[in-house]
Amino acid sequence: MDSNRTNELVAAAKEGDHRAFEELVRETYADTYTLAYRLVGDEEDARDVVQETYLRAHKGLKKFRGDAQLSTWLHRITANCASTFLGRRGRHRYDQLSEDFELADDVPDRDPVFQADLGDLRSNLVAALMELPPKLRTVVVLRDIYDLSHDAIATELDISESAAKVRLHRARKRLRESLYPMGEEQAHAV
Amino acid sequence: MPSENSSGKGRGLTTAPLQTNCETFSLQLAGAVDGEELDPTAKSHFETCLRCQAELAHYKKLLRALASLRDQRLAVDDTLVNEILLALQPGGTVHRLQRLGAASRSRKAAYIGGIAAAATAGAAGALVIASRLAARQRLAS
Repeated sequence: MDSNRTNELVAAAKEGDHRAFEELVRETYADTYTLAYRLVGDEEDARDVVQETYLRAHKGLKKFRGDAQLSTWLHRITANCASTFLGRRGRHRYDQLSEDFELADDVPDRDPVFQADLGDLRSNLVAALMELPPKLRTVVVLRDIYDLSHDAIATELDISESAAKVRLHRARKRLRESLYPMGEEQAHAV
Repeated sequence: MPSENSSGKGRGLTTAPLQTNCETFSLQLAGAVDGEELDPTAKSHFETCLRCQAELAHYKKLLRALASLRDQRLAVDDTLVNEILLALQPGGTVHRLQRLGAASRSRKAAYIGGIAAAATAGAAGALVIASRLAARQRLAS
């Protein structure tokens, strides 16, 4: 959906047009679900997080000033809901994503060399992400996949910006170690 | 893990202090990949350490792969839309996230209730014992 249409729908939804909000939900729910699933690692839990996200978005829509994109605003709410959810659940699950999980949509990278390497790397990466402790996974997903700022991540997770950065660096390090284990031979080979 | 330093004399294997450096700067490397400021010591180490440069190249690939996940949408059935829209209606479905909060509150209430019941039982027991002791003392005198 183009940004003009999104802005029109947001404006209408703010005025109480339920149809407009419904259309926004239909346009964005798959993206919101994908993020929620990456954060909580479970299908049912992700559905609950998505529902809560739209409840909060509906309640807070009047506060949305349009400084950021609607998608970024929704990502922040999703992150906050997922964080609350993981806290309430009281324990963290480390469910593996199935190697053959279904993808509905995928925009290919234009660099053919990178694209050739990407297939295997991406499925290994998804598995490695799910093995991270949720606190580390949340930060790396929000920063490196969804491009949220350190400040936004810190706010939504209720942690300091420096704590968010430390978690990010630890998460990246673990992912790098998992995907590119550096043996002595490799180190000497470079 | 030994590492190699391109600036070292004769490009020999590094000694223990340099291994320590690689580990010391390891987390900074994870931040350097997207342009975070480095302290001068770490910067000069990265410029001369081939092992760290190889790691940095891996971090760059990792970040590109992570960014490529942004365009993926996981398949989800459209019943989710109906669930969301139902939840938005007045008196809509209460989902598990809210139920988890409610369950936590009721567990807390049950816990406090349990403590109160135990305290009442304890107090009653103490009264019975005290009255029996008093009765024995009266009988003895």
